[in-house]
Amino acid sequence: MNTAAGEYAAINAQADGNGQPNEFLTFTLGDEEYGVDILKVQEIRGYDTVTRIPDAPDFIKGVINLRGTIVPVIDMRIKFRLGKVEYNSFTVMIILNVARRVVGMVVDGVSDVMQLTPEQIRPAPEFGSAVNARFITGLGAFDQRMLILIDIEKLLSGADMALMAGPEAQSQALQ
Amino acid sequence: MSIDLERFHKSFFEESFEGLDVMEQALLALNISAADAETINTIFRAAHSIKGGAATFGFASVADYTHGVETLLDQMRSGKRQVTKADVDLLLRVVDVLRGLLGAARDGTAFDAAAVTSTQAEIALALAGAAPVAVAAIKPAIVAAPTGWLIRFEPKADLFRSGNDPLRIIRGLDALGPMDVEVDTAGLPSFADADAESCYLAWTLRLHGDATRGEVEELFSWVEDECRLLIEPLAAAISIDAPALAKTVVSIEPGKPALALVKSAEPANSTAAATPRQGDAGSIRVGTEKIDTLINLVGELVITQAMLTQRAADLDPVQYEKLLNGLSQLDRNTRLLQEAVMATRMLPMEAVFSRFPRVVRDLATKLNKQVRLVTVGEQTELDKSVIEKITDPLNHLVRNSLDHGLETAADRIAKGKDATGTIRLSASHQGGNIVIEVSDDGRGLDRARILAKAQEKGIACSETMADAEVWQLIFAPGFSTAEQVTDVSGRGVGMDVVKRNIQALGGSVDLSSPAGSGTRVIIRLPLTLAILDGMSVAVGEDVYILPLGSVIESLQPLPEQVKRMAGQGTVVRVRNEYLPLMDLREWFGLPGQRRLPQDAIVVIVESEGRKLAMQIDELVGQQQVVIKSLEANYRRVRGVSGATILGDGRVSLIIDVGAIVRLSSQSAAA
Repeated sequence: MNTAAGEYAAINAQADGNGQPNEFLTFTLGDEEYGVDILKVQEIRGYDTVTRIPDAPDFIKGVINLRGTIVPVIDMRIKFRLGKVEYNSFTVMIILNVARRVVGMVVDGVSDVMQLTPEQIRPAPEFGSAVNARFITGLGAFDQRMLILIDIEKLLSGADMALMAGPEAQSQALQ
Repeated sequence: MSIDLERFHKSFFEESFEGLDVMEQALLALNISAADAETINTIFRAAHSIKGGAATFGFASVADYTHGVETLLDQMRSGKRQVTKADVDLLLRVVDVLRGLLGAARDGTAFDAAAVTSTQAEIALALAGAAPVAVAAIKPAIVAAPTGWLIRFEPKADLFRSGNDPLRIIRGLDALGPMDVEVDTAGLPSFADADAESCYLAWTLRLHGDATRGEVEELFSWVEDECRLLIEPLAAAISIDAPALAKTVVSIEPGKPALALVKSAEPANSTAAATPRQGDAGSIRVGTEKIDTLINLVGELVITQAMLTQRAADLDPVQYEKLLNGLSQLDRNTRLLQEAVMATRMLPMEAVFSRFPRVVRDLATKLNKQVRLVTVGEQTELDKSVIEKITDPLNHLVRNSLDHGLETAADRIAKGKDATGTIRLSASHQGGNIVIEVSDDGRGLDRARILAKAQEKGIACSETMADAEVWQLIFAPGFSTAEQVTDVSGRGVGMDVVKRNIQALGGSVDLSSPAGSGTRVIIRLPLTLAILDGMSVAVGEDVYILPLGSVIESLQPLPEQVKRMAGQGTVVRVRNEYLPLMDLREWFGLPGQRRLPQDAIVVIVESEGRKLAMQIDELVGQQQVVIKSLEANYRRVRGVSGATILGDGRVSLIIDVGAIVRLSSQSAAA
């Protein structure tokens, strides 16, 4: 799947130059469908054994070994209180590359890759989703579906994620 | 102290060859119609430093030769001489000759004198300058140089017997200008008939450029009678078509006697032909990130290999014999690969030791002491990052030895010792560690004074302490026994800083001091910072790594050893000490039923002289682990110094004993 993502990224980079549609990887959390910029996605993989980290909020499941790199894993379902939190062979993780860090994100499911033209993206209203509106870049309309496009970089670098060191993040984590 | 110049030869040659490259590039870039002073200066500087270096290291041939070149360049630089195309060409040839001379000096071979003398003569001519008549008279060929020479060189079979080497001549020709070489293998007999000491080859050489006939002939002067030689201006014979030429060159078939011949010729020319390569392969600069990536990848490979071995352990050895054989081979190769890759980060201790002769000399003069510095084991290799961090502590120790340890010459004579004191620096490998020793034959440590000082500073001590414990007092913060504060040492930040620095590298410091006969400081360091000797311990399902260096012992306490202290938590009595007990499960907030200390295992750990009893569930084993950063993608975690990957691919956290000891003593004090 990694190569598939890479291919899409390549196509997307090409398309971008011509003012063509952007591509998003869509995933589900509970009943809601979300999309993240495909260029931020490194790969998709199954849920592995995770090593618990002390002093971490409950949605940080721990760290995994991703081919030699220690990568933290957050469970979006816990973070946003969505979906049923269970771990089985169908549980998937999206490995993201944001702010020069690698982060694993557990979601309910990964659906597909969609192309959205700028016209298909509407501004987001101030309510309606579990994710804070600050992190929503827009809503994508696609057939009869609605896609919540999130700025994953902003979301994961936020202090409440406690993923990165910083006075704010630190104090949050120690609470 | 005698200085061994040989050590610097390598860098002299490296620098000189670099200088020649600079000269060459600058010459090529030089605009003849408007030569800029800066470029000429660059060329001059390069030549000048080669000359200086060559003179210093006693390469008279190089120095003499460069002197003439330098004079010529100086004339250009000062504007006394107009730069001409001929000058630039001459200088370029000079660069080639110099390269040859330097190569010969490095390899201890002789460089052909012909090229040297001919270019030298040309330089002399150029310096004589304004006398074009003289130029024509001495070297008429220079003025009307043809575009090149076609040389047919057919040595007789017994050429080697007279000690001549055709390759040397060919190389000499090569120095005169660009050249095409075509070898004629027609004379080769079959393998059975070939005599290893006979020459069966002939050459057709096409030399381009403006070398004179005289120069070419000169090269062949030694073999004139032992070959058939034909030298013609190139233009006349240029009609040989290139493809045909290429064909001849390639047509030496493998397995034919040509190989045997080349081999047999090798002993004669091995010094000249094979050794120049040595320098080329000497070293290569690579970014440390590249090496770190390599180390990481190999670390991965080791883990993958360990996983495979683990999986294969249950297989039937009869049925899967080949697979298991393959796996054990993989195991060996992986280990060798890991060692080799680790070795790329290693530097010899020489890098550190080499600075001490100077330090010791300066200090000894300042303190008016006579000191001899002995270094042993400079070739012991150590990780670059460790080397960088060990320099300061070592410096401190050497200064300490000089200042406090060694007596003045008069004192020494009074004690019946050699007036000159000795400081010995040594490095050696012991197991997975490197041991660095700084020792002196001075007055040694003064037990009474250390105890008195410790009492004065309020450091816990007693008269009955063992020597080793007394020596450890020196490492206490703020301890300095020097009666006066000197600028050499004794600012009171001495040994505790040394100890902290070394502990930060995962090492340890020990002292020994047989009364009156000097002090020995022994530093033990891990070979690399990338690997840690760890003890794996389990708490519930989680496995943690404790750095083995900070583990003292582990035990299962008896109920009566465990005491609760009101408001102070729990303590464990181990022999005569009461150590604070800390439950790792509680500390990390891990799930699972709390156990009573007597049902669990207690590991006694030490950091910065403080001990702590750490309660865990089980001991798992000891292993070397590759340290991985947790901060790269996450953040710092309290009480965790990093992470590693276990044989089964799982991540395990490495416990930061120092931080835990510090934090728990803080919380106990609060």
